[in-house]
Amino acid sequence: MTRTPPLSVVALAIALAAGAAAPALADDETQVQITLKDHKFEPAESSVPAGKPIVIELANQDATPAEFESKALRVEKVVAGGGAITVKVRALKPGRYRFFDDYHEATTEGFLVAQ
Amino acid sequence: MIGALIIVFREVIEAGIIVGIVMAVTQGVRGSRLMAGAGVAAGVVGASLVAAFAGALASALNGVGQELFNASILSLAVCMLAWHNIWMASHGRQLAADARQLGQEVRSGARSLFALAIVVAIAVMREGSEVALFLYGLVAAGGTTAGDLLVGSALGLAAGVAVSAVTYFGLATIPPRRLFAVTTGLITFLAAGLAAQAANFLQQAGVATAMSDTAWDTSAILSDTSLFGRVLHTLIGYSDQPSVLQVVVYAATLAAIFTLTKAFAPRTIARPPQTPLTQNG
Repeated sequence: MTRTPPLSVVALAIALAAGAAAPALADDETQVQITLKDHKFEPAESSVPAGKPIVIELANQDATPAEFESKALRVEKVVAGGGAITVKVRALKPGRYRFFDDYHEATTEGFLVAQ
Repeated sequence: MIGALIIVFREVIEAGIIVGIVMAVTQGVRGSRLMAGAGVAAGVVGASLVAAFAGALASALNGVGQELFNASILSLAVCMLAWHNIWMASHGRQLAADARQLGQEVRSGARSLFALAIVVAIAVMREGSEVALFLYGLVAAGGTTAGDLLVGSALGLAAGVAVSAVTYFGLATIPPRRLFAVTTGLITFLAAGLAAQAANFLQQAGVATAMSDTAWDTSAILSDTSLFGRVLHTLIGYSDQPSVLQVVVYAATLAAIFTLTKAFAPRTIARPPQTPLTQNG
């Protein structure tokens, strides 16, 4: 019972292959390390090259949880007290991008400067 | 205290609106109150678990556990809303037209109620876990202001419940015949907005990398963190800086649910039985 696989199966196989190949593109990422302590980001401002994907590693040294959030970076991620998270950010156009702790937005903010 | 009130209110507003809509959609259906209550209860339990294991969740799956978890439960909610709409389109007209049928339809209706209970549970779990973490932070920080902040949080929660009530009673003023069309539309836009949020989490996880450019920036006109922006964000998925992918997913979800709902709606003119029910396109 040999049959030509339906077109949909072929399309699915191609899509899966493309999906498997996609992560290989994410090699030239820029790493940024940020620490949250006493509800302050350190450094409060980080420079990153524009046009490259970014990986932010955030270590929360406070005992309380925080929500790392940025509208401009389109990021929203909870970090437990004493925990750490990695946040992937798309390749950015040159500019100044604000992020903050959603639980302490008024006082806890930082910036990513893409240039 | 005001700060805590605003933060908690901001978190619960989305769940509040969704619970209000679901209760309006199912009003008069037997077991719907129990369904909504069970959904909220399951959501609160889920929220506590998510908050308690936030650290483990964040580091799971090579550090993208939180994103994939959020994307998964949002996608589940989208499927449940879509399924409900399709089910209502094929059965709901008769339900609304003849309340007596409710008893007979209750078995198949129960499945639709179950789908909506899942939606309620997911909405409460997502927003509730952030509230739980925030409250935990307040308690852990201690100090003299903790009690004051907890009072503010309780008021914020109460305000969220009030939003639920306003949504519910607002929709309840719509005549039953019109209500069906209104809620079908509301649920379609709600689902599209949730799908766009799921797309954002997939982009954040680095799973979806295409179309990551910002489609538009209307944050200066209407920020989606403002109260009105939040309400629009929940109701129609408004975002002030969406990615192109989010816009595409939003439009595709709208189109898919709209088309499926139309396709499953009974024809007003009965067709002869020999006509196949399948359609082209």
